[in-house]
Amino acid sequence: MGKATDLETWRQTTLAASLKKMPLRKPAFSTLSGIPIDDLYTGTSGTDPRVGFPGEYPYTRGVHPTMYRARHWTIRQVSGFGTAENTNERYKYLLAHGETGLSTDFDLPTLLGYDSDHPIAVPEIGKIGVAVDTIDDVRLLMKDIPLDQVSTSYTINASAFVLMGMYEVVAKEQGVPDNLITGTIQNDILKEYTAQNEYIYPPAQAVKLVVDTMEYAAKTMPRYNPVSVSGYHIRDAGSNAIQELAFTLGAGHCYVTEAVKRGLSADFVAPRVSFFWNIQNDFFEEIAKFRAARRLWARMMRDWVGAKDPRSWMMRAHAQNSGASLTAQQPDNNIARTAVQALAGILGGTQSLHTNSKDEAFQIPSEGAIKIAVRTQQILALENRVTDVVDPLAGSYYVEHLTDRLEAEAEALLREILDRGGMVRSIEDGFIQRQIADTSAAFQQALEAKEEYVVGVNVHVDEETDLPFEAFELDPDLAERQIRRTQDVRKSRRQAEVGSSLKEIKQAAINGDNVMPAVVRGIKAQATVGEMCDVLREVYGGFRAPIIF
Amino acid sequence: MKRPLRVVVAKPGLDGHDRGAKIIARAFRDAGMEVIYTGIFQTTEMIVRTVVEEDADVLGLSILSGAHLHFAEEICKALREQAAREVLVVMGGILPPPDIPKVKASGVAEVFGPGTPTASIVGFVKRWAEAR
Repeated sequence: MGKATDLETWRQTTLAASLKKMPLRKPAFSTLSGIPIDDLYTGTSGTDPRVGFPGEYPYTRGVHPTMYRARHWTIRQVSGFGTAENTNERYKYLLAHGETGLSTDFDLPTLLGYDSDHPIAVPEIGKIGVAVDTIDDVRLLMKDIPLDQVSTSYTINASAFVLMGMYEVVAKEQGVPDNLITGTIQNDILKEYTAQNEYIYPPAQAVKLVVDTMEYAAKTMPRYNPVSVSGYHIRDAGSNAIQELAFTLGAGHCYVTEAVKRGLSADFVAPRVSFFWNIQNDFFEEIAKFRAARRLWARMMRDWVGAKDPRSWMMRAHAQNSGASLTAQQPDNNIARTAVQALAGILGGTQSLHTNSKDEAFQIPSEGAIKIAVRTQQILALENRVTDVVDPLAGSYYVEHLTDRLEAEAEALLREILDRGGMVRSIEDGFIQRQIADTSAAFQQALEAKEEYVVGVNVHVDEETDLPFEAFELDPDLAERQIRRTQDVRKSRRQAEVGSSLKEIKQAAINGDNVMPAVVRGIKAQATVGEMCDVLREVYGGFRAPIIF
Repeated sequence: MKRPLRVVVAKPGLDGHDRGAKIIARAFRDAGMEVIYTGIFQTTEMIVRTVVEEDADVLGLSILSGAHLHFAEEICKALREQAAREVLVVMGGILPPPDIPKVKASGVAEVFGPGTPTASIVGFVKRWAEAR
């Protein structure tokens, strides 16, 4: 258990050490009535070791001793559409309105390793994310963004090995030293097969690529998070909180244990594994989910994997409220939903947060809608004083009970998966997909039977009217511009270097070596995302998932 | 005896969001229809071939990727050229309201947005079959 057994010891050790590195935001905190707010509240009869102290194993109360008393979470809105110039412009809009970290969505061709001039790509260029084909696009995407000051997250998985390399090259071109490059790449391939479905290679080979990136990043960008293990998509695909916990922590465990099998130490890779959770509507269960995730992950890393470094035990997280909970009907109601869900994420102790925009049930958010989403976080950070106290729900009979139950149920499901051969096996035979599909169908039936309510959808329904809304419009010429840019690069680059780097990537894959050094050479030679993914398609093949509904 | 309605549920393009497609495939199946779910990553050619080979009455397209205008036009046109019978095409997904009349003009009979009860989608298909 943690070092401290009582509050005074925690204050003198864990808290004092943290305050030296990161002071509090204010010299003293108080309620609006002037009642002082202390640095921690514990039970009168001592602290249950399973709950412990913030900043100490098992981290139930948070990964930092001071939590938001020292620093607010990062306001990180994911955005991406059109070409790199379009998304760069939106970044600047968001930063100007108080966003504190960046996050990028890529378009489907980029996610699936097709260049914009591939016939299958053309209808999808820039539609649900930004189009990236070569390093030139990433240079434009990150233009004027100081990468030593703003941390950036990339939502990309199957082709993440390419985009991580591009980010590293661009950060170094900006002159950022290795140890100051921060950021996160999602790169959690396992949930692609069970939830989001943007995969290229078979699961086992794809996991090998993830381990390549973990090994490479630990050496070249020690502060970069090369994996953000994501329950978000698993939940939005229709799972419940227990399944979200089990499948997500199971994926994290799979990546770390595969790295250990390669001969890397758990403490070399685990400290940089981060997480990304969904925030759904069950307020207290969602708060308990974050607490249970921290406690279970800490135990898995310390006791199952044998990690010794406390940083390996910490479940650091980004969170986003559920896109699937948004309604196209009466879309203004989504502002209220989002605010309450965001509060659950904060009370759960997230490190970073995306709040959804009210219009996302029918389009990429308009500027007006995304501004309300950012303002929602700012209201929670600056007005409600929920940030002035650490884990205020600890000791609540209900929340502690839910935390215990979620942890126990998720662990039981995770052990079932490990007993039946692990995550990859349970994806290949459709076990996980079946679980999610069944939970999703049961919830839909409950909605239709009005056992569950969604306001504006199956209760308090308004007559259909044409809603006044701010339309989001994509630049109609973006596909043409993007294709032209990529084809110009293809003509002007040094072909011999491209060819030799592609051969090197292929050879590394055939030999089972880490592909990243060759990928980075390919990136610098302006090889395209599609070309680099294609050479691995030749080695690894594709994947056809079992069709389960 | 009339044969059960045959329904193809398809995911065109590169979009992987399949929660809705799976829900509606189940709902059609529970309503006694014969359902073929294509899975993801389907091109226009693949979808039209499935409809023709399966002799389907109904095609349900699920698109959350913003490529609905392209696929509605291309798929409806190919079906008119290649299918031996009239095929009812319905669509679900994330569509900005101004795009709904556009996909209908391409030949999509109805668009069912987020929150539509599966019963109303099944009812729409059954009424069409009875009126046929």
